[in-house]
Formats: sequence, structure tokens, C-alpha cells
Amino acid sequence: MNISSAKYIAYDGNNTSVNAIIDGKQWAVPLDLANTDYQAILEWAKIDGNTIEEAD
Amino acid sequence: MSEIRVNKVVNSTGDNDSGLDMTTNDQVLIKTANTTAITVDSSQNVASAGNLTVAGNLTVSGTTTGVASSTNKNYIINGAMQISQRIGDASSSATEYGATPDRIRQEAYGGASASFQRVTDAPTGFSNSLKVTCAGTTSPSAGNTLRLMTGLEGQDIAHLEYGTSEAKTLTLSFYVKASETGTYSTAFVNIRPSGNITANVTRSQIKTYTVNSANTWEYKTLTFSGCPNGTWGSSNSDGITIVFDLGSGSNHQGATDTWLATSDTLASGQVTLGDSNGGTWQITGIKLELGSVATSFVYKSYREELSACERYYQIISNGHGSAFNTGRAGFGLELRQTMRANPAFSQTAVLAITNGSAWDKSQSSVNVSIIASRVNPTGAQLAFDNFSGLTQYQPVAINTGAGKIIASAEL
Repeated sequence: MNISSAKYIAYDGNNTSVNAIIDGKQWAVPLDLANTDYQAILEWAKIDGNTIEEAD
Repeated sequence: MSEIRVNKVVNSTGDNDSGLDMTTNDQVLIKTANTTAITVDSSQNVASAGNLTVAGNLTVSGTTTGVASSTNKNYIINGAMQISQRIGDASSSATEYGATPDRIRQEAYGGASASFQRVTDAPTGFSNSLKVTCAGTTSPSAGNTLRLMTGLEGQDIAHLEYGTSEAKTLTLSFYVKASETGTYSTAFVNIRPSGNITANVTRSQIKTYTVNSANTWEYKTLTFSGCPNGTWGSSNSDGITIVFDLGSGSNHQGATDTWLATSDTLASGQVTLGDSNGGTWQITGIKLELGSVATSFVYKSYREELSACERYYQIISNGHGSAFNTGRAGFGLELRQTMRANPAFSQTAVLAITNGSAWDKSQSSVNVSIIASRVNPTGAQLAFDNFSGLTQYQPVAINTGAGKIIASAEL
């Protein structure tokens, strides 16, 4: 799985999901630890240089 | 009416040791080579010492004991590759993680040049197989992987009591066809491995099978003992993951036929498909069943198999909502099957929407978001940006002929 970017989406000031580019495709990913795309984003963010951007 | 009373009837040729033996009261023995082949006892029970072949039909009025049923439950979903929602019959590359027939993940991590495709080349009785084609000639480095896997939810295998002394034996069967003969590996692991992220995998058992003839369909069966220890999932997350290793790097190599406290999926001496330019490997008819006997694959209807796959992946082509502003529309989606977890969403292409009569409008580029935290395994509220010219609060519907919405809760 190739994740090239990830950014939190917030609602009322709280992060509620992540929009990410995974294998070249845009995904809206829930903050659910059982979701394997979210698991992969968290693993990706552990690698130096990778960050989940803060929400606008 | 006359009768001949004898205790034995034997053949008159050779060494005279085959025939009928009735020397014991109320018992008839049929012997060959001086060994009882069939016994009929006083209760009219018949016992055969060898194999029994029935050319015609076999009718059983009572119960059967120790006889494998041809309808044993198959734990594998889409074992015959009937469903391919992601790619249809197109070829996908190694960089498209998971772009394979449903419920099969490919993992070509670290440079293996491979493509994955559902094809119609299949053994008798099947319509499809999954074909892996390698284009490179580079041997994998130690951490590289080239493998396919399918995962079972913990709650679907909890009754097998993995992690306890009562863990059940399972038998895996499948049809395989490969361009290279030799040894290949299959493994059970307790957590789905992902690339070189193997820290969470703490139990594996590797079994090998041999491809005897190149480019020929062969039927293989592997029996795995139940794992008596380790942590095995019992919820909607990873249960048992079955891995078909096609030649990963040496970091993934381990001993065979025993449970390991590692993430290994590769046996020593395994064929390395990734270094064989043009090398191919195909699989179909995957069945995992309880016990040590492999029984025949039972085909499911397309409807049944699709429904099972949609717990993990759905493509949605309709929905109703409204324009939030000139550039954004929102929809409430009801999912066809309860998904394994809260799904992630994407699109096959830009979405087109309609107000029902006056116009169709399309996104300039794909963009989907989950509204707040409004997602659960049965539905979600989604917002789609990159429209223009919408009228706020006007009702809109998804145009079913354009891009579609993907929901994924894959293992």
C-alpha cells in the first residue's frame, strides 16, 4: 500500500476522519482502528518524514 | 431342491489361497492371498479390509461415520475467483495494493515486478483463476515480499479454539498452475502481515507443496495442526490469515510443519517467482475446512458469493441527497451488507449528479469526505466537493451512469 499524503478532517474542532491518497486514489478514511486503511495510515505516519496534516 | 454343504471354496490355480471361508458359524469371509478381504458377520455387517469402489449409486439409509462429506463448510470467501469488483478481468500492477479478485490481497513489497489478473484459464469445473505474472529478473532482498493472502475474521474462527490446547486441525485445498516446478510455501498466520511490518504477527505455520509439472493444473491439499498458543483474534479483526508465498526475501524464511512464534511465511528452497522473467502462478478452488480430510469444492451462486464479498468491499452507484453549497453535494448512503468495520470511501471516477430533469453536473476531480463521524458498518453520510453551479438545498441524486462510490472495510 502506497500512501502519499494524509490530512485530518475536523468537525466542531475535533478530528473525525482522514482524507488520504492511497495507491494514487483519494480515500475518506474513518478513525476506526478496525479499518485496515486507517491502520496503514497510522503505520505510515510512524515513518520519518510522514505526517498526517492537521485539519483546516 | 438340493444343496452343497462345504466350509471352504478355494481357487484351483496358483497357490490356492483365495476363495470363500465359512468355517466359523454365521460368518462368511472372502479371502485373497490368504487374507480376509471382506467379512460378513452374523448381524449381516459387511467389512472391507481394502478400498471399496462403487461404480453406481450409493444409498445410505442410516448414518455415516468417518466419511467425509462433500459439503464441508468452506471458510474461504471467493475461493473460485467468481467476484472481481476492483479490477474485473483487467491486469493490475504490484503498486496497486489489493487490486485483485475480492478477498485476495496481493503484497509485492519492495520491488517485485508482478501483475495480477483474473483469467478464465481454470481447471475443469471452474471458470476463473487468479494469475500472477512476474516481469523482473531481480532476486528479492531480505525484506521483500511477494505473496497473496486472504484473511478470516476472528469471530468466524473463534470456535476453532486457536490459542488453546483444543485448537482444531484445518485442511487447505486448492488448484495451482505454475510455470516453474518446485517447492512453494503456504502459511497460516495470526495477524495479516503488511509489507515489512511484521511485528504484530506472532504465530505462523508454514507448509510446502510441490508443483510437479510446469503449466499444468494440479490439486494440492495441506493439513495444518491447530495452534495451541499465541493470541488469535475473536472479533471483527484478524483471525487466521492464509498466505501463499511466491518467493519473499530471506527475512521471511522459517521452519516448516510446526508453529513458530514469528511472522515467517517462506520455506527454505522455495521457488522465487519474482526472479523468473515471465514466470506465472495461478490459483483457484481454494477451500479451508475443518479436519484432516480435503473434500470437494462446492460452488456458490454468484449472488451468495457477491453478498459475502460485500461485507468487505462494495461499489455503490446510487443515492439521494442535496446541494450543501454551489460546489458541494451530500448524500446519505445505506450499505447493502453490514460491513466488517466502519468503511473507508473512495470513487471509481468523478461523480455526476442530477436534479432529476434539468441538468447533470460532474465533479472537476474526485473528492469525497465523511461528514463529521457519521459512518458505521451499515451506512454513512458523505460529502462530495469539486462541483460548480449547484443551488444550495436543492435535492440531487447520483447519476448511476458515471463514477461510483467505493466502500471498503477489507481485512
